Amino acid sequence: MTGVATLNEVLALLALLLVAAVGTVAVLTRDPSRQAVVLAVLGLGLALLFTVLQAPDVALSQLGVGTAVTPLLIMLTVRRIRSKEHQARQGERDERGGPDGTGANGRGGGS
Amino acid sequence: MSRTARIRLFWGAAAVIAALYTMACLRLPHFGTAVHPYGDRAVAATLRQRTANTISSINFDQRAFDTLGEESILFGAVLGATALLRRTSHDHNTRPRPVRVLPSTRLFGALLLPVALLTGIYIVAHGQLSPGGGFQGGVVLATALHLAYVAADYRALQRIRPRELLDQADAVAAGAFTVLGLAGLVAGVAYLQNVLPLGTFNTLSSGGLVPVINAAVGIEVASGVIVVLAYFLDQTLFATGPAGGAFRKKAER
Repeated sequence: MTGVATLNEVLALLALLLVAAVGTVAVLTRDPSRQAVVLAVLGLGLALLFTVLQAPDVALSQLGVGTAVTPLLIMLTVRRIRSKEHQARQGERDERGGPDGTGANGRGGGS
Repeated sequence: MSRTARIRLFWGAAAVIAALYTMACLRLPHFGTAVHPYGDRAVAATLRQRTANTISSINFDQRAFDTLGEESILFGAVLGATALLRRTSHDHNTRPRPVRVLPSTRLFGALLLPVALLTGIYIVAHGQLSPGGGFQGGVVLATALHLAYVAADYRALQRIRPRELLDQADAVAAGAFTVLGLAGLVAGVAYLQNVLPLGTFNTLSSGGLVPVINAAVGIEVASGVIVVLAYFLDQTLFATGPAGGAFRKKAER
């Protein structure tokens, strides 16, 4: 430690702060579909951090998996569960109504 | 367990972890120094194996057995998703309808899809030379294919996505990694040891077994991700039966 931070260290610090900030936002976001978008931004921040820390291989994986595929899978799952809940509610209204069945459909929203 | 007990347990565990973590961090080498005991040994071994990308040499040569485990995890995940999300007779099979998109969007997709696919192949093929490899290139290949869905519609994606072939390619490529390791045993050395001719440093054919395993992993990851996304997309877009599909049906019985 010489006391004077190099440009690389400053960039690494900025990227770390960005990851910490977006990570906190991801925790504070309660809606799963919004969380997926924040997760994609977090993946982008991590990819940036890995690039600054001279790990381009990991950055590439992070960019593909963390920014594209995982948020997409979460979004698709959320949409599927929502359409199921919606249909289950409508089905109940069409019949005579009752509290059965919806409990099984509502699970899986949290992480 | 009551709420207070749980919180007490958390703070106890957090204090222990914080103390141990601080102790561990105090003994760490400083950030950004030039001396890396493991790195130096890995780079030396990489140069001996004539592989330009140290990370690929570690992943697919020096510690290839670890990577075999990682790859099997992905294969298991694909298998699990396939088993869980398979079509049941309860699900209605509606045909995807053609969707109208802007001509500029369509043009964008038609131009960029081949470029993105080529980028994926490049990243897989140059894994032993530059950052990237089977995992990264495979994911690029898989996401590139879905440009067809983004820029056109689901029918366009279905036309360029041979699902049965990809299902088989996933399994064959995952098996190929395991079988490639046997080459070492045949040559009389350890499993997954790099026994192929190492070639000239920094050329496409260098690294011996590394580019071959990279190609197998690339095919496995690309087809695995495409297959998983295909099941998820099908579930979301089409398998919406009346009154909430399989779950609801089970609840009624």
